[in-house]
Amino acid sequence: MALSILHRLTGVALGGGLVLLAWWLVAAAASPAAFAVARGFTASIPGRFVVLGFTFALFYHLCNGIRHLAWDFGVGYELKTAHASGWIALMAAIALTIVAWLGGYAARGSL
Amino acid sequence: MVAFTLPKNSKVARGRTHKAAAGAQRIKRFRVYRWDPDVGGNPTLDTFEVDLAACGPMVLDALNKIKDEIDATLTFRRSCREGVCGSCAMNVDGTNTLACLKPIDAIAGDVAVYPLPHLPVIKDLVGDMTQFFAQYASVEPWLNTDSAPPPSSERRQLPADRAKLDGLWECILCACCSTSCPSYWWNGDRFLGPATLLQAYRWIVDSRDEHTGDRLDYLEDPHRLYRCHTILNCTATCPKGLNPAKAIGEIKKLMVERRG
Repeated sequence: MALSILHRLTGVALGGGLVLLAWWLVAAAASPAAFAVARGFTASIPGRFVVLGFTFALFYHLCNGIRHLAWDFGVGYELKTAHASGWIALMAAIALTIVAWLGGYAARGSL
Repeated sequence: MVAFTLPKNSKVARGRTHKAAAGAQRIKRFRVYRWDPDVGGNPTLDTFEVDLAACGPMVLDALNKIKDEIDATLTFRRSCREGVCGSCAMNVDGTNTLACLKPIDAIAGDVAVYPLPHLPVIKDLVGDMTQFFAQYASVEPWLNTDSAPPPSSERRQLPADRAKLDGLWECILCACCSTSCPSYWWNGDRFLGPATLLQAYRWIVDSRDEHTGDRLDYLEDPHRLYRCHTILNCTATCPKGLNPAKAIGEIKKLMVERRG
């Protein structure tokens, strides 16, 4: 049940996060000054937490979405399986988030 | 509608405490939801101290003991006391289950006993099941046929077809699953809920039934079927170990398959 409500919460968060992403992209296309404002937010400490949350929401919703896909095929309804796949989705989302951020920091050479 | 806090008249106040008699050996505290329509006011949580040394092993045994020896006004449904009638479904220790199948020893600390969630309370642990059974009736839980039965025998079924009903016919309509489902809490007026949908599937897969298409037509609806979001509370709570979520998944699959 906790994972189910998390799926919905991350879905809503992704909706909000897309507005942020759109703002960032529009700013990048508009002018260096506008982009500096957007970057000023995403590079700030609270801003980074927001982007971190967005990244986790994206990966969790993706991984749990695969669970839902399996259920739509009629697979994975047994309680044991559902518990296991839930843990796998959660752990995979956390791992993918860490990998993405480590990769991001490494690409920018600050690791 | 979604409500995150209890309405004022549903807030549970502290009730009376019934101490165990002197000389009790193994005292267990039962905190039981009480509400009497004749008294009105807010519900209360009464505390009953029960001596387990003189009590049967199940939660229902303790409730019967309380009713017999401490407070005869305590009201709850019960009948078979062995998990086949579904009457004593209630929320014990935070989980919907049958009081007769729940061992007291499986519960650490005090035993919290509430009525099934999100049912209008009639009295104490008795919830109003009117809507639940109306929804059950709406899926026509009987064999629907147009052809005449064979003149000298019952309608035959292959063992393989009969096996498809296993895990479905065992449902005793206790409503533990439906009242554990957040979708049913919030859209219980339009979403049929896991128990009714499992029963619907029981007739959909019955090889002898001739109204499968009509049954699917009735369920093809944004609310009746598709408010199920695979939360799986139903399967986790079913005291009979059935899997309503899987049955609902099978109905959803049939909806897709018949579209071709």
